[in-house]
Amino acid sequence: MKFFPSHTNLKSNLFVKALFLFFCFLLIDSSLSFAQEDLSQSWFNPNRVNMLIFLTFFFAIIIFFIQRAKKGKSLFIRRIAGLDAIEEAVGRATEMGRPVLFVPGIEDVNQIQTIAAMIILGNVAKMVAAYDIPLFVPICRPFVVPVAEERVKEGYAAAGRPDAYNRDNVRYISDEQFAYAAGVQGIMLRDRPMANLMFGSFFAESLMLAETGFLTGAIQVAGTANIHQLPFFVVACDYTIIGEELFATSAYLSKEPKLLGSLKGSDLAKAIIMGILALGAILETLGITQFTRWFFIE
Amino acid sequence: MGTAELIWNGVAALLVLCIYSFLYKDNPFYKFAEHLVVGVSAGYFAMILYYNAFLPKLIHPIRDGKFWYIIPGILGLLMWARFSKKWQWLSRPTLGFVIGSGAGLAIPLYLQNYVIRQLSATMLPVGFTSWPLITNVMIIIMVFCSLTYFYFSKQHKGAFGVAATFGIWTLMVGFGAGFGMTVMGRVALLAERVVFLRDYFAELWGALF
Repeated sequence: MKFFPSHTNLKSNLFVKALFLFFCFLLIDSSLSFAQEDLSQSWFNPNRVNMLIFLTFFFAIIIFFIQRAKKGKSLFIRRIAGLDAIEEAVGRATEMGRPVLFVPGIEDVNQIQTIAAMIILGNVAKMVAAYDIPLFVPICRPFVVPVAEERVKEGYAAAGRPDAYNRDNVRYISDEQFAYAAGVQGIMLRDRPMANLMFGSFFAESLMLAETGFLTGAIQVAGTANIHQLPFFVVACDYTIIGEELFATSAYLSKEPKLLGSLKGSDLAKAIIMGILALGAILETLGITQFTRWFFIE
Repeated sequence: MGTAELIWNGVAALLVLCIYSFLYKDNPFYKFAEHLVVGVSAGYFAMILYYNAFLPKLIHPIRDGKFWYIIPGILGLLMWARFSKKWQWLSRPTLGFVIGSGAGLAIPLYLQNYVIRQLSATMLPVGFTSWPLITNVMIIIMVFCSLTYFYFSKQHKGAFGVAATFGIWTLMVGFGAGFGMTVMGRVALLAERVVFLRDYFAELWGALF
């Protein structure tokens, strides 16, 4: 998604940039006046230096890999099995001539899982447009609607069928969790989608949705990083994308250097964490506790 | 229970039964309850946002002379540009602000709660001389293998594949425990609804006869 459309001229670009800088200035100014009013608020908490070091270190790793990806260096990522499951589900829906349902979770667009779901949605829309079957996207949060609309529209355009895009199929249902679940269950029962793709952040409604989809006989592929909801998807769906695989899937599909670089960076971070863990366990066994204590956060 | 309470609890009991009728199959009673809850919740949330966000976080501060609160107001207004095909691009700075600020707040929080705290809690003394130490060995091996499963830069083959497979088994054991625990919680919710229906119909019987 481009920040500025091609038809906007330089003058309007400069205006928006100037407006943005003005907003930033005001935000900083208001924060400073707040800090002056309340001296108990400190800008630097020495008890959380470990957090600062960790953040800086991990950001450095990720930025390094993003730069590598941008330079066109080959970054290997293994194929996620869930991708085949998505293609199979959409293919089956095409064979049966029935719609595809994409549920992007119930959290807002500022949540990382929803962003990952939007990336997957773009690719699903591209597939669906190529096969000429309807795609329904019920939405829980109003802010997700414009992003989902853009992603679906881009997907249809990428498949060369922008005319087939139907804005009404990206539907806002309700902000209320169970009202949303009831609405999605209604779509499952009445529109009878053959493929239910559920990606994003889910909570107590996960089993309701997955169970209803199972009853309608749809092929279901789900993915969430909410660990407490994964068991329900595992039992009721044909394939489940677990935790970080959701982000890996979005990186794999988009081939976006920033996402690929982040994934590679997080892989290296995991290796480092394993090393720290092993070292910590050995030192704890030897009775040296300072190392473990350094990681303690108040 | 007074007459008004009896009537309103009657409506609640009726809606509960409408929703439970879904257990048989989709039917007009379920459809009615579904549309009612979706419609009511949309209106209810609009009012909640008006009274809990729009008034106290925008209108009241501006009225009190805090004019920098106009900034989020303008950002909110830009979202209305989506209704125009020509000007809908104006909504993008708002979306960018929401996504960026959300990610900026979430990253340190996630790192703190899901990485550093977990790491600190997993650095345990290990050994084979007592059960707690053996348990610690198992915990560390399971964490290692689970992390291996989420390593995407290498194919799951050979010893690495064996570790990843053990990692996914570990996750499934955890999921099984989580599933059982949540199902028990849901059964408790069902029991609460059944008790509500029983008490209501007992009250109704007492009031009528």
